[in-house]
Amino acid sequence: MNTKTLSRGDVAPSSVSRRSFLAGAAAASFVLGFTIPPRMSAAAQEATAEVNAWVVIHPDDSIQIRIARAEMGQGSLTGLAQLVAEELECDWSKVGFDLVSPHENLKRGKVWRDMSTGGSRAIRGSQEYVRTAGAAARSMLVQAAAQGWGVKPEECTVAKGVITHAASKRSTTYGAVAAAANKIAPPAQVQLKDPRTWTIAGQPLKRLDTRDKLNGSLVYGMDIRLPGMLVAIPKACPVHGGKLKSFDAAAVSKMHGVKHVLRVDDETVAVVADTFWRAKTALDALPVVWDEGDNAKVSSETIAAKLRDGLSAETNFVGNKTGDAKVVLAKASRVIEADYSFPYQNHAPMEVMSATIRWTPERCEMWGPTQVAEAALEAVAAASGLPIESCVVHPMRIGGSFGRRLVTDYVRIAVLIAKQIPDVPVKMMWTREEDMVQGRFHPVTQCRMRAALDQAGNVEALHMRISGQSIMAYMRPSVMTANGDPIAFQGLMPGGAEMAIGYTFPNLLIDHAMYNPHVRPGAWRGVNLNQNAVYLECFVDELAHATGQDPLAFRRKLMANHPKHLAVLEAAAKGIGWDSKPPAGVYRGLAQVMGFGSYVAAAAEVSVTKGRLRIHRIVAATDPGHVVNPQQIEAQIAGSFVYGLSAMLYGECTVKDGRIEQENFDSYNVMRLDEMPEVKVITVPSGGFWGGVGEPTIAVAAPAVLNAVFAATGKRVRNLPLKNIDLGTS
Amino acid sequence: MARLNINGKFLDVDVEEDTPLLWVIRDHVGLTGTKYGCGVGQCGACTLHVDGVATRSCALPVSAVTADQKIVTIEGLGADKPHPVQEVWAELDVAQCGYCQVGMIMAVSSLLAQNAKPSEDDIRSEISNICRCGTYPRVLAGVQLAAQRMAANKG
Ligand code: FES
Ligand code: FES
Repeated sequence: MNTKTLSRGDVAPSSVSRRSFLAGAAAASFVLGFTIPPRMSAAAQEATAEVNAWVVIHPDDSIQIRIARAEMGQGSLTGLAQLVAEELECDWSKVGFDLVSPHENLKRGKVWRDMSTGGSRAIRGSQEYVRTAGAAARSMLVQAAAQGWGVKPEECTVAKGVITHAASKRSTTYGAVAAAANKIAPPAQVQLKDPRTWTIAGQPLKRLDTRDKLNGSLVYGMDIRLPGMLVAIPKACPVHGGKLKSFDAAAVSKMHGVKHVLRVDDETVAVVADTFWRAKTALDALPVVWDEGDNAKVSSETIAAKLRDGLSAETNFVGNKTGDAKVVLAKASRVIEADYSFPYQNHAPMEVMSATIRWTPERCEMWGPTQVAEAALEAVAAASGLPIESCVVHPMRIGGSFGRRLVTDYVRIAVLIAKQIPDVPVKMMWTREEDMVQGRFHPVTQCRMRAALDQAGNVEALHMRISGQSIMAYMRPSVMTANGDPIAFQGLMPGGAEMAIGYTFPNLLIDHAMYNPHVRPGAWRGVNLNQNAVYLECFVDELAHATGQDPLAFRRKLMANHPKHLAVLEAAAKGIGWDSKPPAGVYRGLAQVMGFGSYVAAAAEVSVTKGRLRIHRIVAATDPGHVVNPQQIEAQIAGSFVYGLSAMLYGECTVKDGRIEQENFDSYNVMRLDEMPEVKVITVPSGGFWGGVGEPTIAVAAPAVLNAVFAATGKRVRNLPLKNIDLGTS
Repeated sequence: MARLNINGKFLDVDVEEDTPLLWVIRDHVGLTGTKYGCGVGQCGACTLHVDGVATRSCALPVSAVTADQKIVTIEGLGADKPHPVQEVWAELDVAQCGYCQVGMIMAVSSLLAQNAKPSEDDIRSEISNICRCGTYPRVLAGVQLAAQRMAANKG
């Protein structure tokens, strides 16, 4: 089995070098042969009919489209293939895919460009050059056919991978001319299609990578088996920043299957055994002494107290400013004020961290999931002590990631383990417990909202003070500005094509006070849009109620200068039937935001009976500019709601004695099918820009529901998650 | 040493008694379709059938399973031809990352074997597997469509 055997239109294995391994098994009848993901050796590349870096066409007309961005369930693999296939004008039923490796990308002068996959950028960040590649390949194929016939390329037409010269009644297929096309110079210029004429892109096509997910044959990173392979399970100091003082290897080294007990680095120990269970059993029994350091004194309470100080501290980090909000607030006759908070979240992808490494003094090879293949390659090189040219990374399809694998911490640990066991392939697997404790957490923040209102209920000034942890200060210090974290104000920026606020206030101040606890933060699906949308959208709702205005009518007044924001809000409101009365006992809430280049809104219907919340229905509206696959957008929106509502209902990682307390799904609960609301998705692409899809809508689910909860109960939930709040009506 | 009947074949595995069935199947037998998600019976990623009943194998020591109990994993479920649930799952494009879907399919196929016409409430309460990608709406639609298909095939 291999990662692509069952994808549609997959091609003969002879085209790529594949390494088949027979994994040792207890019973001969169960010996499992599988191939780890195909990769292109230089020699193999020449043997393929590579029209250009993105398009490979075989003599049997099957097509492989190369995919450089990570696929972790978000479906961009299929969307990217659609964009290439659209311009290529090939037969979609013959399309398969192949994942690009970062070392090949490096070797070929970054011909596949940026491989990193985050910020909902997989499609919008590469649409232009992948479409161009498809169009260029088409042009080269037509030219090859025309040359063969001795006619002009302009006289030829293409439909579904068949090239026809009508005048001479001749036709041929892409597969027949691909090898010749490979020799033709790429066109200097191509004309991309008008998206309104698309027939493959823009269609609700099914994913290319489904079949092997349904029969268990897809090999994820956790599933790799190589001959002679060992399994390593690491454990790092549970207090981030703490050190590994000592461990008593002798206490466990005689246990069944245990091969090595290793110091990995300053803060990590690992047990290496022949199987997962034996490694885990020994690791659980291993006496370890940590030097936890001062961070062990930190708790959720101490963090909250510091953040509270930040709500009124001096700061010069301003994200958005109009007029003088502070002065107006000081003189206002009526001020509404409220404090909010949003806790740490763990990504908790279903597949925990893993990486398989084979280290030799000459070469280091990795198989594993990553959202940043090139950074993973660099991490392999750095940890292996080898030049990058001697390192190889085979990215695999990922069992969910949501931003967790934008960080390569686990890659480094895997290499540092394997390096101590030369020539032996080592699969490093984390336990769920390690994954929960050593996460890269959605940062913790608080927010103070203050608004000045005039007699007529208009907002004269708004001050939004965010006090919180910076992601970039930890993840990418190089992008920090003199004042703070450039992504702190997602969804609140004064303008621009990415994260602009949808309201106009005569006086506005949005500023940020930074406090960075030792808990390591990361980019969690939706990133800072999550809490920023809760703070702003719930508080705007508070203002509407405080002034006796309908929340939609109130927003309309503030949104007159923001037609795209307003259009999706109107669409969501219309979808839920805002103008008509909800059924008895059912209440509604609204929210809108712009993030990752797209405009999104949600309208929710809930009921609260004896303190029990039921979310009946959420209507989502999104304007991503262009739609590449409507049914995938629908899946992303429903899926992001599950993720966002899981956080709203249950998600909370608390800190005690410096450690994260939640170690598994029993204490870090998530939403399941029983609580899933009906989700209706309205897509209103207005064209002219390319917005993201995987993340933006996550941010409107929680505020829309919280506003509906207020409508139902009169209780304003300002501190998440909801599980800590008693919604019982008096 | 344990004797197991997996996907219709008997085999002997040399493992410690407390080894969870999940790890016997993944590491000793070499069938990796059954997934590890939590190891504590919370998520359902490791669901397989024991005598037709959906069972979370991460929390079941191998010593609790006898050779006369029939274990079926995802590799055995659609071995001859795809199970109707797998067919419907492809049709509705249910899977996102896919990691939880093997467990989902095993849970759903067992539910439908026991309750051919589950109500929406039955489905919501019986299928408690975690999907972090959030495929629940299509899972719900998939169970309903698979139930219809299976009823039609019988009738
Ligand atoms: S792995 Fe068995 S229930 Fe989660
Ligand atoms: S499809 Fe990814 S966890 Fe369910």
